[in-house]
Amino acid sequence: MLDVDAATPSSILAHAPGWIDRDNEVIVGLQTDRPFRRAIFPAGGLRMVEAGLQAAGFAADPAVHQAFTRYRKTHNEGVFDAYTPEILRCRKSGIITGLPDAYGRGRIIGDYRRVALYGTDRLLAAKRQERAQADDMWPSEEVIRTREELAEQMRALADLAEMGKRYGCDITRPAGSAQEAVQWTYLAYLGAIKEANGAAMSIGRISAFLDIYIERDLREGTLDESGAQELIDQLVQKLRIVRFLRTPDYDSLFSGDPYWATECVGGMDLDGRTLVTRTSYRMLHTLTNLGPAPEPNITVLWSKSLPEPFKRYCIRISFETSSLQYENDDLMRPYWGDDYGIACCVSAMRLGKQMQFFGARANLAKALLYAINGGRDEVSGEQVAPATAPVTGDVLDHDEVSAKFDAAMEWLARTYVHAMDCIHYMHDKYFYERLEMALHDRDILRTMAFGIAGLSVVADSLSAIKYAKVHVIRDDTGLAVDYRIEGDFPKYGNADSRVDEIAADIVSRYMQKIRKHPTYRGAVHTQSVLTITSNVVYGKATGNTPDGRRKGEPFAPGANPMHGRDGHGWLASCISLARLPYADAQDGISYTVSVAPSLARRDAEASIGNAVKAFDMYFGQGGFHMNLNVLSKETLEDAMEHPEKYPQLTIRVSGYAVNFVRLTREQQLDVIRRTFHSSY
Amino acid sequence: MAGTGTMEVGSRYDLRAGRSPDAPETEGFEGTEQVHGWVHSYETGSTVDGPGVRLMLFMSGCFLRCQYCHNPDTWKMKDGTKIELSHAIRRLGDFAPALRAMGGGLTISGGEPLVQVGFTRGLFAAAKEMGLHTALDTSGFLGHRADDDYLKNVDLVLLDIKSGDPDTYRRVTGVELRPTLRFAERLSAMGKPVWVRFVLVPGLTDNPANIGKVAEFVAPMKNVEWVEVLPFHQMGEFKWKALGLDYKLVDTPTPTAEQVHAALEIFRAAGCRAR
Repeated sequence: MLDVDAATPSSILAHAPGWIDRDNEVIVGLQTDRPFRRAIFPAGGLRMVEAGLQAAGFAADPAVHQAFTRYRKTHNEGVFDAYTPEILRCRKSGIITGLPDAYGRGRIIGDYRRVALYGTDRLLAAKRQERAQADDMWPSEEVIRTREELAEQMRALADLAEMGKRYGCDITRPAGSAQEAVQWTYLAYLGAIKEANGAAMSIGRISAFLDIYIERDLREGTLDESGAQELIDQLVQKLRIVRFLRTPDYDSLFSGDPYWATECVGGMDLDGRTLVTRTSYRMLHTLTNLGPAPEPNITVLWSKSLPEPFKRYCIRISFETSSLQYENDDLMRPYWGDDYGIACCVSAMRLGKQMQFFGARANLAKALLYAINGGRDEVSGEQVAPATAPVTGDVLDHDEVSAKFDAAMEWLARTYVHAMDCIHYMHDKYFYERLEMALHDRDILRTMAFGIAGLSVVADSLSAIKYAKVHVIRDDTGLAVDYRIEGDFPKYGNADSRVDEIAADIVSRYMQKIRKHPTYRGAVHTQSVLTITSNVVYGKATGNTPDGRRKGEPFAPGANPMHGRDGHGWLASCISLARLPYADAQDGISYTVSVAPSLARRDAEASIGNAVKAFDMYFGQGGFHMNLNVLSKETLEDAMEHPEKYPQLTIRVSGYAVNFVRLTREQQLDVIRRTFHSSY
Repeated sequence: MAGTGTMEVGSRYDLRAGRSPDAPETEGFEGTEQVHGWVHSYETGSTVDGPGVRLMLFMSGCFLRCQYCHNPDTWKMKDGTKIELSHAIRRLGDFAPALRAMGGGLTISGGEPLVQVGFTRGLFAAAKEMGLHTALDTSGFLGHRADDDYLKNVDLVLLDIKSGDPDTYRRVTGVELRPTLRFAERLSAMGKPVWVRFVLVPGLTDNPANIGKVAEFVAPMKNVEWVEVLPFHQMGEFKWKALGLDYKLVDTPTPTAEQVHAALEIFRAAGCRAR
């Protein structure tokens, strides 16, 4: 970490404007007054700020400390005031991890295009109108909250206009040129990341929008192609240097300073026209011009109907940079229309009309072990879930374990929803995203996004219990601590419906249990099968499992099959993945696949053609997401030994791209252990 | 090692994959009428063993003992996993929609698919019913076992002609060349599409006269769509070691691009479409 401003809590106007190289910047605006100088967000949680500063060797600021201990309560404190002892136990044992109770929840996408399209004056007028309507309503708690939020939103828009002025931009009016459209949109986004340090701060779906301005300027001769590309390149440069101050605990969950500035390209509209534009290509081309990099998290919305040359171009860029992710537009469009963005990795939402309450994930593998151990934690031996009768037989009986697991999921779902309701109540109260929400309609759809980790471990465990013989090994306190498998069993990831159906059933059943409990602000329950890099941390906290996975060993990321068990090639794994029901995982299902480059490059044109067919097949069968890596184990091993040789080596992990050399050693080893398919 | 487990076979990258060390030592099909086969492994995703994306099924059992064999663990039939034909057909069905969507199909390799001609006959027939393209990857040594009825359900034969010179062929494989040539002639007479394959092993099969004989034999055959020169590789070495077999090609290098090019030129000069 280079620098941090420890004395100035971040906000739209907190820091003076900054530049990298003022005379050569066509798109301007920095998070703070200097590049790579991080900001602090104590309203989320002071302890996190101070832990982050300490880890990086910077001193905490006494005035900030005093303000946020004596005069101003934080989101973090609010949440812990509302948590129950049971939630605290779950957090500690690691059965629920990564909850946004100490930092910004993120996963909210302001419709940043609105600033370019309308200018802030017009947006303020619309907000005033929304407010006037709310003034006519009886002041229920909901209405009072809405009024206060609208007041905050209007203040944020005024601040944003002022920030624009300091950078020499009059954003009170609509953008009048391509340069202004890119600049206005970026300033709106910049305001958002000055106000909130969410784990994921997606930018939305801007390239097709910006293309309209660029096309006009090209036509009128006020811009040429290199100028157009420069606008996009400079925008991307700005997005690449965004940094948030995080704690070591956070880094162990999400390594490499990701912040998911997710930008969507491609997709089709509801009339059947493609949304691929020249600026979609320009956005992808930044990976060639500037080299591979994790941010922005470029997401290709894949449809069977996308223009063939675009499909091929995307695959080519994947082969060269391993920096793209792909998501199924044909699957999402019926749910979310044709103007959705992706928050974080895989969470679709209608831009400006929908937001989510983000909620990390629950460890279902641990829940299975709690079911076997009567609610005791298999690592600590502590009673975390309410005490129930443990499994006492020497061989696990499928029906008995299934029934107990069902009850454990029931308990976990209830506790999880409970925790999330507390978190988001307090987040709205103490750390409200006033600018991002100013770039939404007043009346929006809210989802509450739950998540699961360890799906493949649980599916394989239940399969082992059903199709092989699993002996239990207990310690002297009677705790089941290990398992011995006799015989073979079907493993998830091989297109074997016997176990794929178990996996799909778990997803649906857990979702049904989540749906039973009321959510804060009436949010619609959703869930994801996504771990990002936290599969390592989840695995570390989880004991031996009945599928033969050893204690501490990482889970597979997202919805991936367990490492090394998907031995029948990528096609088999794709079929298994495509069988998971999106209807019960509307927050997304993540799949990461790695292919050896020698084969992909032997005959590049033919390989690209085959990959296009494979994508059409996978998404046609109902697959949701694909991270495609084209790299070899040897390259990664060399990069571990000689990181200096690979400053830009970028790989896709579950849902995001990351600089490989910035992962922790454990995470690097985890990536290397994953299956590399030898043909494509 | 006989045992059925869950009747699921492993990956070809693991020796005896799919066999849990704890698998019970029981025979599974005594007294049943079911057709069964011994299978080494299967794999999806190949794009070089026939058109489109392939499901590759590796049968166990082979009469040849090729010095450069990269799957020596498929030589002995009963080292494989014993599975019922009906199970194999059901598994194929899991993949059929995806394979069809990618213009691909089933390739049966090995081992030698014609060792277990009943099982592979049934599987090819089922694959055709599912609308899949089918390919038989064979040395041709047992070609006489594939009668016309068998070949009716095979769209493409990947025919390994491992050498053109009978003495070299015997040294490379341990068996005679003639049955393979006879099979090739029969396929030619019936107009069955064939890709001839030739593994180029420096110091073993790369004598220009040896290559030339294959080229001259194949060149007049209109049913041969491609001659493919496959460069020898050392990826099978670990299997020879693990099986305690005497691997003679430890020091054999992978052919250079120039050597591969030279072999291709011999085929092309004779009038073959080679790649």
